[in-house]
Amino acid sequence: MLASDVLVAQNVGFAIIAAIMVIGALRVVTTKNVVHAALWLVVVLAGAAAQYVLLAAEFVAITQIMVYIGAVMVLFLFGTMLTRARIGAEQDLNNKNGIIGLPIAVLLLATMLIALNDGFKSEKLPVDAPVVTTQQVSDQIFGPYLLPFWALSFVLLAAAIGAIVLARRD
Amino acid sequence: MLLNQFLMLGAVLFCIGVYGVIVRKNAVLVLMSIELILNSVNINLLAFSLRNNSVDGHTFALYVIAVAAAEVGVGLAMVLLMYRNRRSVGLDELSEMKG
Repeated sequence: MLASDVLVAQNVGFAIIAAIMVIGALRVVTTKNVVHAALWLVVVLAGAAAQYVLLAAEFVAITQIMVYIGAVMVLFLFGTMLTRARIGAEQDLNNKNGIIGLPIAVLLLATMLIALNDGFKSEKLPVDAPVVTTQQVSDQIFGPYLLPFWALSFVLLAAAIGAIVLARRD
Repeated sequence: MLLNQFLMLGAVLFCIGVYGVIVRKNAVLVLMSIELILNSVNINLLAFSLRNNSVDGHTFALYVIAVAAAEVGVGLAMVLLMYRNRRSVGLDELSEMKG
């Protein structure tokens, strides 16, 4: 293996960001405070955007930041504040018999890691892949994937109207 | 960089999200766990897109982001409605369908 095949800076960056993301995700599912969970989710989503940049996906990374961190998190914080005026810690966030979630998640993780280790053992990503430009992405969306794009537009429209109808006081 | 490191990160995030969906009772926290799951899927899509040297994964990742935004909008509207009718967002209190 040549020395230029190992991207040290990228690997170190990946490890740091991945560790932050896993810690943040664990805090999201264990914290006792809904607002803290939303803020830890911001950490995970920003880390995911950084991983997208490492994967040469600039446009998706920017979209992730604008849509998730900009819009979805504001929705979550609004939802939290409209349903619970309390900001501090709460006791009854978890199910009574939720302890079965732990073995299920651990078994699922073990299965997936074994399968991944078998299937893609030491398969490398291309080292000098060019960054995917916005033009390429838009050529895909407005070319072969135009019909799903239209369908998605209607999904978003229906979701917006449905949300207004559901949340309206009458 | 190995392909597997991204896939394993996606697997870990997916399992944490599944754990959150099972364990949490508060509806807003369940929605947040679903966001974790969708993000792990996006990491996988982009990793395979880089491996196969294609742009299809990017397109699907963008569609997943759009569907997630729609899902959060409708989901939070439902949570709001539930809170207005019952003064609670506990998912285990929605038990009218139990015989």
